[in-house]
Amino acid sequence: MELKSILFSLVKIIAVIAYLYGLLWVLGVKVPVIKVGSRKLNISLLLNAVGAVVAFYVIQLALTDFNGFKLLNSFDSGLLYQACSMTMVALGLNLIYGFNGQFSLGQWGFYGIGAYAAADVTFRWMNGDSRGLTVLGIGVILGGLTILLIRKFLSNLRRMPVLSSFTLYLIGAVIAGVAAVFAGKFLAPFIDPYLGNSLEPGVLNQSFPMSIVFFFAVVFGGIFAAEVSFLFGLPVLSLGSDYFGIATLGFSIVIYTLMVNSDTILPFPEMKGGRGMIGIPKLTTWPWAFFFMLTVIIIMRNIIRSSTGRSIISVREDEIAARSMGIDVAETKLMSFVVGSLFAGLGGGVYAHYIGFLSPNAFDFLVGFNPLIIIVFGGLGSMTGTITAAFGWIFFLEGMLREILGKISPEAPSWRYVLYPLTLLLLMLVRPQGLLGNIEWGFLKAKITPLRNNETKEGVKTA
Amino acid sequence: MNENSMEVLPLLEVEGLTKFFGGLRAVNDFNMTIFKGELVGLIGPNGAGKTTVFNQITGIYLPTKGTVKLNGTNLVGFEPHEITRAGIGRTFQNIRLFNGLSVLDNVRIAFHSSAGYNLLDSILSNERYSQKEREITGQAQDLLDVMKLSRFQNEIVKNLPYGEQRRVEIARAMACQPQLLLLDEPAAGMNPREIIQLMDMIHFIRDNFKLTILLIEHQMRVVMGICERITVMDFGEIIARGTPKEIQDNRLVIEAYLGKGAANVA
Repeated sequence: MELKSILFSLVKIIAVIAYLYGLLWVLGVKVPVIKVGSRKLNISLLLNAVGAVVAFYVIQLALTDFNGFKLLNSFDSGLLYQACSMTMVALGLNLIYGFNGQFSLGQWGFYGIGAYAAADVTFRWMNGDSRGLTVLGIGVILGGLTILLIRKFLSNLRRMPVLSSFTLYLIGAVIAGVAAVFAGKFLAPFIDPYLGNSLEPGVLNQSFPMSIVFFFAVVFGGIFAAEVSFLFGLPVLSLGSDYFGIATLGFSIVIYTLMVNSDTILPFPEMKGGRGMIGIPKLTTWPWAFFFMLTVIIIMRNIIRSSTGRSIISVREDEIAARSMGIDVAETKLMSFVVGSLFAGLGGGVYAHYIGFLSPNAFDFLVGFNPLIIIVFGGLGSMTGTITAAFGWIFFLEGMLREILGKISPEAPSWRYVLYPLTLLLLMLVRPQGLLGNIEWGFLKAKITPLRNNETKEGVKTA
Repeated sequence: MNENSMEVLPLLEVEGLTKFFGGLRAVNDFNMTIFKGELVGLIGPNGAGKTTVFNQITGIYLPTKGTVKLNGTNLVGFEPHEITRAGIGRTFQNIRLFNGLSVLDNVRIAFHSSAGYNLLDSILSNERYSQKEREITGQAQDLLDVMKLSRFQNEIVKNLPYGEQRRVEIARAMACQPQLLLLDEPAAGMNPREIIQLMDMIHFIRDNFKLTILLIEHQMRVVMGICERITVMDFGEIIARGTPKEIQDNRLVIEAYLGKGAANVA
């Protein structure tokens, strides 16, 4: 009996990894350009899109109930959503630490910001209060525009001290926030009547408009996390790497404290402070989780492959050399930090709407080491490693171990926090470069530029 | 390249450059003028302050005093990346390549400031992105061809022999599209055959890319072989300038390198 469930969990983990391999492979399929008459048809992109849709439906079908038979039960689908959100957070951290070399412990804080912000939006909306969406939406858009505007203005002024520019940004952001609060108050009487309340849902509170609200809640939550990371990163990223790590640790603690006291020192009674926020609509479904995860993977892959990506990596490899090659190191660091936090915020939004309950304890900085462990486990600077490690980690730790140990005794699942550090230790001894090192699969593989075949034209004649 | 026919403006003008590290005077009142197309050498015994001069010109160190003008613009106080974008490329004495990356990527990184597409283009992976990326790759491959590194293109750079790594550094510095190229001991660690090749290459890139080159070098045969003018430093000060021939016969230079005569040594 025990053996059967162990085997079954193992099969599940292998199936998930195989699925990820397939997904990445199908996204990277390239076929030669076909010539139809005089027109050239590039169908690679079409094939990739079809592949993604097929990959999506494979899981969608497994989640569908066929007369009581479901290949993946609700426990497994929960693992799946957790893995998707963990993938986003860990990819963001890999961009910051693995690719850009900035040791950050703040990723979990941005994850929490995204989770709470998105949850607050849908929670309020469901209970007949539109201000969550309007204030957050207008706030992040205004805030983003203000930041861009100030940035444009500052780029003409040379060498502004970083604290002065930070103050400018902060003032801009605060003004944008206040404006958003007023705009939300102004708009509320026009929208709220259509929302109804939780007992009598209004027109805009049905499942379809709700999923649109969910989409914007997650996106705005992510952007909000990104803007906070911009304000935080601007002064702090000028510190050296270790000091930056400590500062980001401080940031996570600040966020944790704010969450614990969200109903007392922050004006958010619905978050209920340390007791935890309950009643968040469970809106995360496989289509959304898949969509957000795939978007994050594609965006990150495209960034890494571009000139910007190379500049990000060059900062990790040698900061002084990067500087001397015309790369604005401060801006590159800030950029990757903001994008990484954006991913974390998106992951938080997806997580909050899967779990339906947010407790500050889930965002404690100790738990915040999870994404760090995942990226080290999967291999720093390897996207494939991060994705597989995130899925593998969730399915192994939360799935397999919890299930098996749970059968032994109710307390036994705690043993998994003994077992997985040991696994980690073992891996570090056997493969210090991480599970996959810098191996990438399918669509994430770096493009190898073929050699030119012109040995004769090469260079000058030797004396 | 007929500089003689018109009034020539100096490309680089360094005036009164001074650097203190605490109480230590690393460079004192360093002056130098370089015209377009020149190949100038900067030599001196170990610790003479040559690399400190380079680091001040490229903005890694902020000079205690003095000005560095490129085409008449004072660069003192600029960030290193701004100085590079203004037109000064450099290599490092102790090779500073992006070790984990391929040779091609090392060179392509230096095209970042002239990439011609932004983050949004790359996220969307649009036509502009792929076209510019092809251009960058092509230009990088051209530079690798010139430096005879084509066959190492996809190798991880840290696996290359020392001499090749030095050449990758030069290719990377040229990818910044500089007007002035600063080479910090380009021949260090090379064998005599490689040195001859290197000298040819330096000549070749100077002529074909219309570059101006300032180089620090310890190996006399390199400096004497290719430089048109030489400046000699010792203990942070300039002790001599002139053509290779003049420098070879200069008593102060010989003293700086070999010591102050037998009497003082004993």
